[in-house]
Amino acid sequence: MSTPSATMKPRFEIRNQTATEERAAKIVATNLNFFYGRNQALHNISIQLPERMVTAFIGPSGCGKTTFLRTLNRMNDVIPATRVDGEVLLDGENIYAAGTDVVELRRKVGMVFQKSNPFPKSIFDNVAYGLRINRLTRNRRELAERVEEALINAALWNEAKDRLNSSALGLSGGQQQRLCIARALAIRPEVILMDEPASALDPIATGKIEELIFDLKKQYTIAIVTHNMQQAARVSDFTAFFLLGKLIEVNTTEKMFTAPDMNTTEDYITGRFG
Amino acid sequence: MEVHRHLDEELDLLRDTVLRLGGEAEAALRRAMHSLIDRDVDAANEVLEHDDAVDALEVEVDRQCIDIFVLRQPAARDLRFVMSVAKTAPLLERIADHACNIARAAIDLAHEPELKNHLRLAEMGEIASSMLAAALDAFTKSDATAARDIIKRDAEINDLYNEVFSELIGMMVTAPATATRDARLLLVAKHLERIGDYVTDISELTVYMAEAAIIKHQRGNI
Repeated sequence: MSTPSATMKPRFEIRNQTATEERAAKIVATNLNFFYGRNQALHNISIQLPERMVTAFIGPSGCGKTTFLRTLNRMNDVIPATRVDGEVLLDGENIYAAGTDVVELRRKVGMVFQKSNPFPKSIFDNVAYGLRINRLTRNRRELAERVEEALINAALWNEAKDRLNSSALGLSGGQQQRLCIARALAIRPEVILMDEPASALDPIATGKIEELIFDLKKQYTIAIVTHNMQQAARVSDFTAFFLLGKLIEVNTTEKMFTAPDMNTTEDYITGRFG
Repeated sequence: MEVHRHLDEELDLLRDTVLRLGGEAEAALRRAMHSLIDRDVDAANEVLEHDDAVDALEVEVDRQCIDIFVLRQPAARDLRFVMSVAKTAPLLERIADHACNIARAAIDLAHEPELKNHLRLAEMGEIASSMLAAALDAFTKSDATAARDIIKRDAEINDLYNEVFSELIGMMVTAPATATRDARLLLVAKHLERIGDYVTDISELTVYMAEAAIIKHQRGNI
């Protein structure tokens, strides 16, 4: 898969210890270019993200991995003087097509940021926020059920169930990040984009986030940007290496970390870059 | 980049250590075969006395590999190198152990009348020694082509082993008085045959290191 090509529904052969199965591509980006003003930040990116798998984006600072992640739910739209061409298909639909409902897109493709950013509200209200503004529940009981479901799925329920009305700002850094994941999960997205979700956390909190990612991929397609190559190796099924705005290689994580196809990837992975 | 300079130094040191271990195994094999063929008990004792140094080198390779795995978390070609070294070291130690067993047989046989089968065993020993030297050379150069050629040579040792085996069994039947000596020589032949297998394993690791291709247990398709 080192030279990705775009088709509507490519299949991925996934091998694990017990079975071989096929997965369809949830997201297919083709010849994607992105510009900050005159500065081209992404060059002809073509990649497929298999559904219910974790794809990690790695590369040095400024390589375009976060910019690319943000193109997948049009988060870059909010930055002035930016331009994108090429296409990104979500389940076969181009998210950059005229008439795309961006709010609906971001409901389907949720995002978790590097720095946890809980609202200065209670734990409950943080998780309920997206449900309320999108009017996704019919009554209080359903709202409470969805909040509980999200907190359980974000592995925060046991720690938060007795303090749902306390301020989210009283949670630890790791708990706040899981709260943000719960907030993203509450509106039942299909894809979760994570931008260095554990970079500010200690090893124990990082371990919890990584275990959570492992559990979440049973239901969600996940893309994660990380500077931590061991983290990419631990949590992802596929790894994509970016350099200077170009996608150099995408491969299974196992192949990427034992025998990458490209010399540039090998130099980066082994720390002999530059 | 300081961190990576240290890693390179550690990988170089590891390479040196495993090659010293390889050199010890090679010397032990040659000396053991010399002691058997030339009935040199002193040389056989030297092999036995030197085995502790071989064991210590294997432990040193283990220690260095563990340090690199834990502290450096190597990836890609570095990972394959450290992994291959970690798996090669016990094979070299085992080869030296077989050399010790050959040396013990040489000591026992030195006091017995000589048997003609020494000739084919000498040939087996020569092939095993040259295969081991070539395997260490291929490992050093990360030369997968040379490693594949060495693997093919294992058949030469196996063929010779089968010949020696048949001949010694025949001698046990026709001249039972020589059976004890025949049995000792049979064991020597078996040690050499096993050394050929270990050299093959080392060469397979060289192919993995160089090409990331796992060829073990695929003798027909290397």
